[in-house]
Amino acid sequence: MATKKFMYLNRKASYGTAYAIESLEVVLIAAAFEQDVSLAFIDDGVYQIIEGQNTDGIGMKNFSKTFHALGDYDINKLYVSAESLEERGLTADDLMPLVYEDEDDDWAEKTSVKIVSNAELSKIMSDQDVCLSF
Amino acid sequence: MLHTVNKSSFERNSLQSCLNIIDDTSVILLIEDGVISAANNANSPMLADLATQGRVYALQGDVDARGISSKVADNIKLVDYAGFVDLVVEHGTAVSWV
Repeated sequence: MATKKFMYLNRKASYGTAYAIESLEVVLIAAAFEQDVSLAFIDDGVYQIIEGQNTDGIGMKNFSKTFHALGDYDINKLYVSAESLEERGLTADDLMPLVYEDEDDDWAEKTSVKIVSNAELSKIMSDQDVCLSF
Repeated sequence: MLHTVNKSSFERNSLQSCLNIIDDTSVILLIEDGVISAANNANSPMLADLATQGRVYALQGDVDARGISSKVADNIKLVDYAGFVDLVVEHGTAVSWV
């Protein structure tokens, strides 16, 4: 099967609407079909991968843990908008330490998260075959 | 790339998100409630600037349906559905800012 480059744009926080969890579902489907998948987190989407989410009080599943599984599906390109983080008073230290094991480098554990400027993100986006916005 | 925006900039930040990311060659097509931003683009200097460069389109049917055809800025180009298809073909990968 032909491989295409898929980018998933995540623009909304996790629990107020279903966009975030639906995006994650589709990301995993694309991974199951062994596509070249990358994720972008912009605007309130950056809150999806904040460390320390606890949904006990709202009766919803804390699906942020699922992001830790992405590395095992060969999804290791998670781009986060530097501008969106800054607007919200957030830094790289506030994000979950999402990693993958690099099979080309003796399975060394490496970070999947890359903070990029909007300009860099724009370039990465224009290199995709398909962009899906959530 | 072709970026479509289908929400009013008065209601959602979709247009601003698109403008934050768009590169120097991409174009924007305003559809559905997105055309409201075509009617009065004074509140977005960046959209006005792109319109000056001929890189902003609006879907005629959506403009007409909302009764704002006389208010659309002169340099925003109106297209019909066939024109929409042409834009998709010409600009490749499409991103919809929902």
